[in-house]
Amino acid sequence: MSSNTMTLYLQVWRQKNSNEAGAFSNYEVANVSPDMSFLEMLDMLNEDLARQGLDPIQYDHDCREGICGACGVVINGEPHGPGKQTTTCELHMRNFKNGDAIVIEPWRVKAFAVLKDLAVDRSAYDKIIQAGGFIKVNYGNAPEANSLPVGKDVADLAMDMAACIGCGACAAACKNASAMLFAAAKISHLALLPQGQVERKKRAANMIKAMDELGFGNCTNQGLCEDACPKGININAIARLNREYLDSILTCNF
Amino acid sequence: MSKIKQLDSNSPTGPIETAWDRHRFGLKLVNPANRRKLKVIVVGTGLAGGGSAGALAEMGYNVEAFTILDTPRRSHSIAAQGGVNAAKNYPNDNDSIWRLFYDTVKGGDFRSNEYSTYRLAQCANNIIDQATAQGVPFSREYGGTLSNRSFGGVQVSRTFYARGQTGQQLLLGVYQSLMKEVNRGKVKLHTRKEMLDLVMIDGKARGIITRDLVTGKLERHYGDAVILATGGFCKTYYLSTNAMASNGASQMRCYEKGAYMANPCFTQIHPTSLPVMGPFMSKQTLMSEALRNDGRIWVPKAKGDHRPPNDIPEDERDYFLERRYPSFGNLTPRDITSRAIKQAVDSGHGVGPTKVAVYLDFKDAIKRDGLTTIKEKYGNLFDMYTHIVDESPYKVPMRIYPTAHFTMGGLWVDYNLMSSIPGLFVGGEASYEYHGANRLGANSLMSATTDGCFVLPTTVSNYLGENFKTLAKIDDKHDEFEKAEKSVKDRITRLLNIKGSKTPNQFHKELGKVMFDYVGIERTEEKLKHAIEEITKIKQLYHKDLLLSGDDAMNIELERALRVEDSINLGLLMARDALERKESCGAHYRMDFVDDEGEAQRDDENFCHVAAWEYQGQSEVPLRHIEQLKFNNIALTKRSYK
Repeated sequence: MSSNTMTLYLQVWRQKNSNEAGAFSNYEVANVSPDMSFLEMLDMLNEDLARQGLDPIQYDHDCREGICGACGVVINGEPHGPGKQTTTCELHMRNFKNGDAIVIEPWRVKAFAVLKDLAVDRSAYDKIIQAGGFIKVNYGNAPEANSLPVGKDVADLAMDMAACIGCGACAAACKNASAMLFAAAKISHLALLPQGQVERKKRAANMIKAMDELGFGNCTNQGLCEDACPKGININAIARLNREYLDSILTCNF
Repeated sequence: MSKIKQLDSNSPTGPIETAWDRHRFGLKLVNPANRRKLKVIVVGTGLAGGGSAGALAEMGYNVEAFTILDTPRRSHSIAAQGGVNAAKNYPNDNDSIWRLFYDTVKGGDFRSNEYSTYRLAQCANNIIDQATAQGVPFSREYGGTLSNRSFGGVQVSRTFYARGQTGQQLLLGVYQSLMKEVNRGKVKLHTRKEMLDLVMIDGKARGIITRDLVTGKLERHYGDAVILATGGFCKTYYLSTNAMASNGASQMRCYEKGAYMANPCFTQIHPTSLPVMGPFMSKQTLMSEALRNDGRIWVPKAKGDHRPPNDIPEDERDYFLERRYPSFGNLTPRDITSRAIKQAVDSGHGVGPTKVAVYLDFKDAIKRDGLTTIKEKYGNLFDMYTHIVDESPYKVPMRIYPTAHFTMGGLWVDYNLMSSIPGLFVGGEASYEYHGANRLGANSLMSATTDGCFVLPTTVSNYLGENFKTLAKIDDKHDEFEKAEKSVKDRITRLLNIKGSKTPNQFHKELGKVMFDYVGIERTEEKLKHAIEEITKIKQLYHKDLLLSGDDAMNIELERALRVEDSINLGLLMARDALERKESCGAHYRMDFVDDEGEAQRDDENFCHVAAWEYQGQSEVPLRHIEQLKFNNIALTKRSYK
């Protein structure tokens, strides 16, 4: 715990709604403790703005411990800011120095409209899942869990893939605004498990179709998604997605 | 006094093992063709809300599901780390449904309903099967079977887990099933919409008024039944392990419409969260109870010992849980652990810069099992700790302190999970069911999933079957919708026009401090009376001095202001309930009701009941109704973990 506070110079993207153009506004924030989280720093700025009678900065946030995936802004050009495998809420101000200038922007992704300031509409990710990111099993009739053994290595790998929090950083980091890592994580999670085999081919085809229709770009192997992912989803997932897709379009009759 | 009611939970009678099956057989059904004509409104999309929305849609009902977040996948069920209980007895350690039932009732200090708690223990096995079928990647043994671990308050290993992200994985399973139904057109999903009122027609819950958090537009939604599954209300304490949206506003909306609020004073203060780092802190991150399987809690034996932890020799450390509770050691239930930690700190043995913390040490576990094993079990939690505190738990012990974590209280419901308003059902943490005065670790995912996926689909169908012919045909032009929308609109205008000097967050922090200091881990009559006075002052000032910036469109401050207003009223109710419950039980520890050893002293003669509060007006004292609890299957005994 440190007692040295900082003064920071923020450039924050302000945009009234989806229809109007936005622009950067400058704010000076004093008394920032290094132990504050990035969102707590924004909270403090919003309190200042309220006292000046100014419109508060809108941003998404909820759990503030890196699991819900609600938060996420681009900080000095990096989704979720500096630091490996951290969400914006887990980023602490000790990563900055007194006098630093910080540029804060929303995710810049065609399929994610800016709603206001730093908040964007990520419902496109829900739509990718709706297209097939599930196992069709109804409540009430599942077989005994241990009747289907799954090797520890397979279960662990599936868990690595299932760890995605749907924050959108992968698409925000990608120069093509691609949702490949997001879709690949879910396709991989379900393709790896025996439970996911029945709909495996159809799932890959449908999710990728939805992704294209929603306006996400394609993958050109830059790897920025993997670098920005707060949950460390490995880019190998995209290789698996491509295999799944190829297998699907070559061998599936639907 | 004649206004005080004895509430009937409509529980079955007779042998408890067959009660749910017998009860279910007696429930009404709706034939598949008629289900298509009925619509259920579900508020909240976590395990209870998302589960019931998905399950009812699968059955053929039309469902409209609402969340204040931007997608159902972020609901707060996601944050449960450690696991979900089920008495599968895979480890062959003599577990059974009966034992899970027994542990839950005892853990709750005999303040829950036996019949519903038994049903919970029964349904738990089904959760594991269901989640596995949905593709939830539970942790497994090398042979491919599911792994288990232990949690506090029990002596068997019955907790299933997906690393430290069990809640996330269970929720994603439920979310994916919900998305399947959205894709099928059976669920209409409303995101970023906040319920601001319940609409009742002919005395029955028939709809809600929502505010679109993007445009600010008020909307009317009607249906044939309403399910409320909006989680708990730990944010009443401002600082808690919960997400920022974990407020009780939706329950308070229903409470003010006549739904009873049950046992609001039963709040779990979780022993192992990160300590407060400064006044700016907006939440205290939880360190899962699973850590107490391997971590040992201690303080220096000497008061005010300033040495770094690793410099304090073994014989100068007080492992106070192991000393005081040798049978359970570091795995005592949460309420007992939190009190023991507070007592260690209050007696001058606190550690760290603020001295308001104790150590949770993994040194011995790392020596015993190796770094790799500990990393595999707890890696993500250790990383989380390092992000926040800037120290590595692999090298120095964690510093932890208790904070608000779970509200056992909530809206009163009967055995069918229906509130005191016909047609309003409540599930998960939003209701008071199952956990009595204290919830055991890994029992919350169990109860939310059970309600959502297995109980509500059955009991809501019964209500619709009973009322199918008599429910009036309505639409959103009905007078009651007009009235409700107008009252919401007036409320927003009122808050925006106060133009005072203090932000909602400032008021919220003040409320939280009163709640934690006076309605927290240790309570007394004097403290509670003081709390009621202080909260009443905050309430009065709120209506005079609130400063709200921005307009009535997308506005993060207005969202807060509406929720804080409800939190203040809820805080008042929590303090009042704590004052009237003149006994200590579970997490409700009244220092004026303790035994010779300082342990909680229950009063079964006078308080073996659920208190259910009925709203009487903004400045009136609410009525305290009673649901008497009967224990025919488990003997009412003193809860001891020594």
